[in-house]
Amino acid sequence: MTDTTVIEKPRSFSRDVWDQFRTHKGAMAGLIVLATLILFVVVGPFIWRIDPTFVEPDAAKMIMSRNKPPTWAHPLGTDQLGRDMLARMMAGGKVSLAVGTVAMLISIFIGTFIGVMAGYFKRLDGTLMRMTDLFLALPLLPLLLVLMMLFGDRIRALLGPEAGTFLLIVFAIGVTSWMHSARIVRGQVLALKEREFVMAAKSIGTPSRRVILRHILPNVVSPIMVAATLGIAGAIITESVLSFLGLGFPPDFPTWGRLLYDGVEYMQLYPQRVMWPGLAISLTVLSVNYIGDGLRDALDPRIRGR
Amino acid sequence: MLDQSPEKLVQVKDLKMYFPIHTGLFRSHTGDVKAVDGVSFDIIKGETLGLVGESGCGKSTVGRALLRLYDPTAGQVIIDGEDIATLSPEALRKKRPQMQMVFQDPQASLNPRMTLAAIIGEPLEEHTNWTRDRKTERIYELMDAVGLNRRFANRFPHEFSGGQRQRIGIARALALNPKFIVCDEPIAALDVSIQAQVVNLLEDLQAKFGLTYLFISHDLSMVRHIADRVAVMYLGRIAELSPRDALFARPLHPYAEALLSAVPEPDPNLEATRQRIILQGDVPSPANPPKGCNFCTRCPKAFDLCHAEKPQLQEVEPGRLVACHLFTPNNPAAGSTGGAEATEHNQQGETR
Repeated sequence: MTDTTVIEKPRSFSRDVWDQFRTHKGAMAGLIVLATLILFVVVGPFIWRIDPTFVEPDAAKMIMSRNKPPTWAHPLGTDQLGRDMLARMMAGGKVSLAVGTVAMLISIFIGTFIGVMAGYFKRLDGTLMRMTDLFLALPLLPLLLVLMMLFGDRIRALLGPEAGTFLLIVFAIGVTSWMHSARIVRGQVLALKEREFVMAAKSIGTPSRRVILRHILPNVVSPIMVAATLGIAGAIITESVLSFLGLGFPPDFPTWGRLLYDGVEYMQLYPQRVMWPGLAISLTVLSVNYIGDGLRDALDPRIRGR
Repeated sequence: MLDQSPEKLVQVKDLKMYFPIHTGLFRSHTGDVKAVDGVSFDIIKGETLGLVGESGCGKSTVGRALLRLYDPTAGQVIIDGEDIATLSPEALRKKRPQMQMVFQDPQASLNPRMTLAAIIGEPLEEHTNWTRDRKTERIYELMDAVGLNRRFANRFPHEFSGGQRQRIGIARALALNPKFIVCDEPIAALDVSIQAQVVNLLEDLQAKFGLTYLFISHDLSMVRHIADRVAVMYLGRIAELSPRDALFARPLHPYAEALLSAVPEPDPNLEATRQRIILQGDVPSPANPPKGCNFCTRCPKAFDLCHAEKPQLQEVEPGRLVACHLFTPNNPAAGSTGGAEATEHNQQGETR
């Protein structure tokens, strides 16, 4: 062996990933946009201190202040009740982003778990995949409506109206959107399971649990990442659908999806009413997509080396 | 038997590995692919047993069933006194360090997302509770043993050439000081110059650590180089099991004879006069093997008994086991056919 005394220290894994991530221009742009959006909804309300639900108590004044175009007093204009759109965008974004992220996490967790179990353990495959088919075949909207109707009041009574609704919506979206990722993950696991490195791990005596954690999961990261980024968008939209049907958050409680639906009626006259929430949702989805792309590349050592 | 006195490390008794076939609407069990159908052999401590045969004859399945990567349908695999085929999962896990495997495709047998150190260290991770420093020290030791630069420890498999990857696979197999290693065509995916390196490395390691190999290959010249004894498989059964030199000098089983006649001769003058035995027809499906001897459909010397009864693997000469009715001592036809056999061997000798 040549100079065995000089051995490189193992490079830190997170350092490697970050170095690669930084070279992905789209992902960096996405990260900046998403960070700006998060800053906007989290820090924004402390700077722009107008109450998003404030309606002018004087009826005449209220009518005068409806559907205003952008002014210095209301940079994004006002809605049909004269509420400040900027403040509503901030408040709505907080809820939308939180719902999107948490619902996506729940759905990815369930989807990956079911997918890995079905793909890896042959005995569970039939049962789990038929269950997945069952969920896929269920008409989602009626299911969500029934879910809300049955458990809505009880959970709201237990946790308070806002936290209760949030939990219910996140849970409802999570348990009804995991099927596609489960199918994708199962397919990947079935292919990976027959690869020789999994066979090698078994011949070493690695128990199934660690074979899955060490060999299977890191290799199904790519499809999971794609499903996750798409899942955020889907969750934000589904939440707005639920709110629109009156089963999500109460009508005066702003979310991006809610603002979008409220604005649809006035789209011809006041296009800015739908433009802002639409833009915010699109930007979120796009930036999350790019971040997912960059992260997937950064986690793959074959790409990282280049 | 020749191997009565030396210690047998591995004893395989009537190993069967059937893969079920499910067909129809209700996936009912309609048959089996008899990948391995009653294979018995012993491997003596410190020797290399070569296992040869054409593609699909069940070589790799034997190797995998031996380490219980597949659960055998029937039979015993006794490695160092314990029957692998019936061990409980926990006992099997404890047994794993003694038996390891080197895989065919070095690209596929290494997890692309793990560093070299993590790959070689995985067995240590699973079976020892050493400190990190001690594991690292052992990983470096193993890398030295297989001729990998220690600087490579933090690299990923895709950064290596095929030969280097196979060295990583060998280092992983060696990590826990195994007694027995199944080499499942370890050189099939490598080019010729690298093949020689890897085979020499395997031989060096055998001498150094006193390893016992089951060397599965379809490369007869490589098997001739490395193996002490050679088992020839055909359609899930062993046709002949003989010491290497005896087999290559004078194969007894008609299939072994045909197989060995396909080995090219390096000397062009001899090559020009080499007589190849070309077998007619195809290998029957392992799902539906012939009634008698598995080779009877293609055997140039088959007679009535071959189509009726499966021949058993029997010792016909000291140390040489053959499954062929031509050599069955108590076969009523043995006298005449044995004579015919002898003349045929003479003919072979003349043509060479």
